Amino acid sequence: MTTATRRDILRAGAALGVLLMVRPARATPVEMRVAIEAFTKGAPVSSGKVDLVLPPLVENGNSVPVTVNVAHWMRPDDHVKAVALFNEKNPQPNVAIFHLSHRAGRATVSTRIRLGDSQKIVAIAQLSDGTFWSDEAEVIVTLPACAES
Amino acid sequence: MTVRRSSLAAAVILLAGTALASDTDRRSGFDFMGPQTQAMQADDTANPGMLSVLDGEDLWNTPAGAANRSCADCHGDAATSMRGVATRYPSYDEKAKAPITLDQRILQCRADRQEAPPLAWESPDLLALSAYVAHQSRGLPVETGADPQLTPFIDQGRELFTQRQGQLDFSCADCHDANWGKRLGGAVIPQAHPTGYPIYRLEWQAMGSLQRRLRNCMAGVRAEPYGFGSPEHTELELFLMTRARGLPLETPGVRP
Amino acid sequence: MARTLINVPATAKRGEVVEIKALISHPMETGFRTGSDGALIPRDIIHRFACTYNGEEVFSADLFPAITANPFITFTTVAEESGEIALSWTDDQGNTQTETAKITVGQDPVE
Repeated sequence: MTTATRRDILRAGAALGVLLMVRPARATPVEMRVAIEAFTKGAPVSSGKVDLVLPPLVENGNSVPVTVNVAHWMRPDDHVKAVALFNEKNPQPNVAIFHLSHRAGRATVSTRIRLGDSQKIVAIAQLSDGTFWSDEAEVIVTLPACAES
Repeated sequence: MTVRRSSLAAAVILLAGTALASDTDRRSGFDFMGPQTQAMQADDTANPGMLSVLDGEDLWNTPAGAANRSCADCHGDAATSMRGVATRYPSYDEKAKAPITLDQRILQCRADRQEAPPLAWESPDLLALSAYVAHQSRGLPVETGADPQLTPFIDQGRELFTQRQGQLDFSCADCHDANWGKRLGGAVIPQAHPTGYPIYRLEWQAMGSLQRRLRNCMAGVRAEPYGFGSPEHTELELFLMTRARGLPLETPGVRP
Repeated sequence: MARTLINVPATAKRGEVVEIKALISHPMETGFRTGSDGALIPRDIIHRFACTYNGEEVFSADLFPAITANPFITFTTVAEESGEIALSWTDDQGNTQTETAKITVGQDPVE
């Protein structure tokens, strides 16, 4: 048994008349990384605690509903302090930064955002102990029919 | 990340399924939207179209024009006087000897009764008044076209709906009768029942009328769009509303 | 004044986590679009939103041009005592618009 190389797969795709999109593991674009570092002040970010909810298929990038839930209690001395949203392909990497006090009771926020293209969205939560937690989601943005010309 | 697999599955089913819209299978564009867009319309505190409805309520109660008269001065409480009115538009106007749209009726009232300068087509104020009046009929079935005087105009509207036009040589019926439920690019083709107008369209990031939407469709097939307030628009709207009879009004609808 | 639509429960139990929804009419002009004359349309967005509960800030947000036209934000707060919840939006011109809602909190704590 042999393992198919990337070249074999490409060749097979070409033979079938199929356009294959072979995407290398995409590094987080620089601007988004810089924006995230500005938010975390360079502190490490762990994955977990955060649940970023987005529709996998978006009908119009002008309005994409997004909800972030952070699974952490909201005690005066130990709570979620901030939740920030970032994107990698809009003209600007920042979307919103929400600031919470323990009086929010629950770390759940929703809003609607614009996405210029299919892309990755990152949500990062900052806890009062200074740790950062994150989740990310890939969103496919479809184009509407008969857009205004 | 929570992936909503059900909506993805629904999209795939829509790709596969298609049929002609029979009288018994008429569906609002609402049914073809994703669950998130449906939720946006269904919750009045989340529906951006409600901002326009509230603007319309203020305008309804504000005196305007040389007559210094508000809509409410004649019509009273819109919740009572305007209930069901939008379900019958476009309706036959004795003076014009032709059908007129709800927007045209509002403009007529404004000119004749308020003696106020006309509101521009697609202006926020005209859309707001129209949305407020139509909202009073939300949930009531469309009844347009019952008046026999409208028959020749409905026929004319049907003619426009089935007539091929533009550089792409498509009729409205080619998409909305023969291919509803299929996808045009990423978007599902609805049956073209204008039950939510004026709508908040995500594409516009604003409210807009059916005429604005029809102009988008016509530009889509590379045809010369009809002008705002033109008889063609009124006839097309009359035909579409007659065709949508029985479906509930949804104003303010949300569409992609 | 921009049109707003806010949703705050009129009544709640003490200690109950209540949801607040805030919708405001605003174009949220990104500053990245060009007009019909080809010139950039200047940025004009609401860049800050805040919620106070009897004067104390319980939630706020920094908003960027990626937020939709007619911004919509939902969040929660703990109903601690009866009083006033104030929501305010600040735009790029520095204008702040504030809307308030009364909340009545019952004596019985939530289970």
